[in-house]
Amino acid sequence: MSLDEMNAEDGSVRRPYARVADWLTTVSPEQMERRRVEAELFYRRGGITFAVYGDAQGEERIIPYDIIPRILSTQEWSKLAAGLEQRVKALNAYLRDIYGPQEILKAGIVPPDLVWRNPAFRPEMCGVEAPHGVYIHIGGIDIVRVDADDFYVLEDNARTPSGVSYMLGGREISIRLMPELFRSHRVAPIENYPNELLATLRSVAPRGATGEPTIALLTPGQYNSAFYEHSFLADAMGVELVEGYDLFVRDDVAYMRTTEGPKRVDVIYRRIDDDFIDPLVFRPDSALGVSGLYGAYAAGNVTIANAMGTGAADDKVIYSYVPDFVRFYLGEKPILKNVQTWRCREADDLRYVLDHLAELVVKEVHGSGGYGMLVGPHATKEERTNFAERLKAHPDNYVAQPTLALSTCPTFVSNGVAPRHVDLRPFVLTGANGVRIVPGGLTRVALREGSLVVNSSQGGGTKDTWVIEC
Amino acid sequence: MLSRTADSLYWFSRYVERADYLARMLEAAIRLSSLPIRREDAENEWASALATAGCMDDFTALYDRVSPAKVVRFLAYSKRNPTSIRNCLRIARRNARQVRTALTAEMWDTINSAWLELNKLDFDGMDASAMARFLEWVKEISLRIDGSGYRTMLRNDAYWFARLGIFLERADNTARILDVKYHVLLPENVEVGGGLDYSQWAAILRAVSALTAYHHVYHESLKPLRIADLLLLNAKMPRSLASCYGAICANLDSLAEAYGKQGEAQRLARSMRNRLENVRIEQVFDSGLHEFCETVIADNARLGAVIGEQYLV
Repeated sequence: MSLDEMNAEDGSVRRPYARVADWLTTVSPEQMERRRVEAELFYRRGGITFAVYGDAQGEERIIPYDIIPRILSTQEWSKLAAGLEQRVKALNAYLRDIYGPQEILKAGIVPPDLVWRNPAFRPEMCGVEAPHGVYIHIGGIDIVRVDADDFYVLEDNARTPSGVSYMLGGREISIRLMPELFRSHRVAPIENYPNELLATLRSVAPRGATGEPTIALLTPGQYNSAFYEHSFLADAMGVELVEGYDLFVRDDVAYMRTTEGPKRVDVIYRRIDDDFIDPLVFRPDSALGVSGLYGAYAAGNVTIANAMGTGAADDKVIYSYVPDFVRFYLGEKPILKNVQTWRCREADDLRYVLDHLAELVVKEVHGSGGYGMLVGPHATKEERTNFAERLKAHPDNYVAQPTLALSTCPTFVSNGVAPRHVDLRPFVLTGANGVRIVPGGLTRVALREGSLVVNSSQGGGTKDTWVIEC
Repeated sequence: MLSRTADSLYWFSRYVERADYLARMLEAAIRLSSLPIRREDAENEWASALATAGCMDDFTALYDRVSPAKVVRFLAYSKRNPTSIRNCLRIARRNARQVRTALTAEMWDTINSAWLELNKLDFDGMDASAMARFLEWVKEISLRIDGSGYRTMLRNDAYWFARLGIFLERADNTARILDVKYHVLLPENVEVGGGLDYSQWAAILRAVSALTAYHHVYHESLKPLRIADLLLLNAKMPRSLASCYGAICANLDSLAEAYGKQGEAQRLARSMRNRLENVRIEQVFDSGLHEFCETVIADNARLGAVIGEQYLV
């Protein structure tokens, strides 16, 4: 039985949801449906769309939006926020370490091959000092609840986490479509996210940059699935939205091509993958990046956010060590819990996993987006047998976790309001002057009954997330 | 401003203007084809619609004969014609999406909504009146984009590049109309001969919203010299070359002032404006209307290239 965030097991309504529960009894399915249609129109007309790769039909799709908000009390939030700050600090410390003195390897906490053989580890970053010591400027930490007391981290996203525009879009809809309900809750604001992001990016400008730092957001272009978000953030921050072609590097300094000639760039918030950043250093066939950009970074003339090589901190095996990072680097007790994880590369764990395939979720270490995994309880015997073969052939590729009973929230579905599983992605900003988190985050909801997969590429939707005093 | 942003704004405007122009030309051709004329002449009408749109070659690569239905399909919605109205709006929207942060919400909303609506249209099932409504709608879209830009954009380089696109495209289109239809205007000093020629020019003037203007300016029946004067040299007429070049110069001057720098684009545009200001229509006819139009079209292309080099790469 999973936790329902509105209805407690004893039949009472949990405190944060008191007003929403009342409200749900007063709105008719028709009113709900009308609001849902209006919300969809808001996304469609605004061009707030995403693309699913490999889908010829839907060049641009919108993410389904559920208008019933997901609610957290300020008490719940402050505990979660403290945990998020702690976790991202530890992840940054880990990256500083493995690209620097490598103390954690010497201490025998992380097996060295997990670092060296990790495809997301960038040897080019070794010995290159990250400006102000920050690697993960923007982190997306996926959080789930299984009981009323604890928050579990499901996944750390340290590369180029997306979704923040849906968080902000959802808030816009709440304010427009449910003004009374929204006002009565005194919801903690999140509209300042772009400001906080800008302040974060400015704080990490190279020390040599003079005057106002010039910031640009580097996008792969309008066919990228998150292009709307890129243009939205650039606009909200008042910075240029650039593609690789708009930038060039001369004498280790990065410039944009403008109508008035070259203009020096100090900070690049990049939304392209490591592989594509600089064809001279990474993938030589990349047309999205900028030749020489790595050199400009290594020379300390431009800050790249997130830094290159952050993927070394967020795969599914490294995940299982993050509580150790908290203890090792910060000397603190981890506030957020990790989901129990079996590392198939370790013989005992592998044996256990093979014996309990029917209960476990097995994931590829470097997979993402809900692809390439086995959900034991939902798989057929044949699927499990086939998967077991793959596991035995490449145990290093896999980790396993128990199937979690993710919490549910009331959600508008075709036949009324019903509980659906949710997770939460708060966005954690780290600058030279500290960590900033706007209260809440993006709640993703699995719209199919019983489904635990919340990824937008696989039919997930989103909800607005309200942090309220109660 | 990023060169690519300026480039997208400029092409966004050009393609919207081109869609508008194509809709107007199609309206004129449809109107003319309903006149009682010989079949060969009717075919000429449709062929000249293709010629004024500058896509005769693309058309003949696909079809061996000119027929009304084919021309309408080709110019209005063929996916295989890179500059059909549908493709113009698609490319305009793509450019807009590229730089949506440089557009105001109203402009983005207009082009995006238009594109969404366009995707819902069943072109193959359109009858004549549905096509007429479609062309009317295209003109409305361009009016709304033009108007929302005029009302809502900051007067800075983004605005000037967007405006440059409109006027350069419009100048090009006006020159093309005259170039294709000039033979109807010769000899220059008689009244436009016969009911059919009259209808032809009336339809074209109406298409560029200039028929009423003609009567207001000249107070007389349609004469080749006057028609050419109105479309080439009359600076009060918003589609005339003189007016377009006035606007091109003004926008280029604003850019030069803001950037503190003049360039080849400003010099070339000014020399073209001066030529249009200093020539009289009789001289144009003496030295050849066709030659004049060809020079203007070539200069236009050159100015486009120079603007590109100076600002957009």
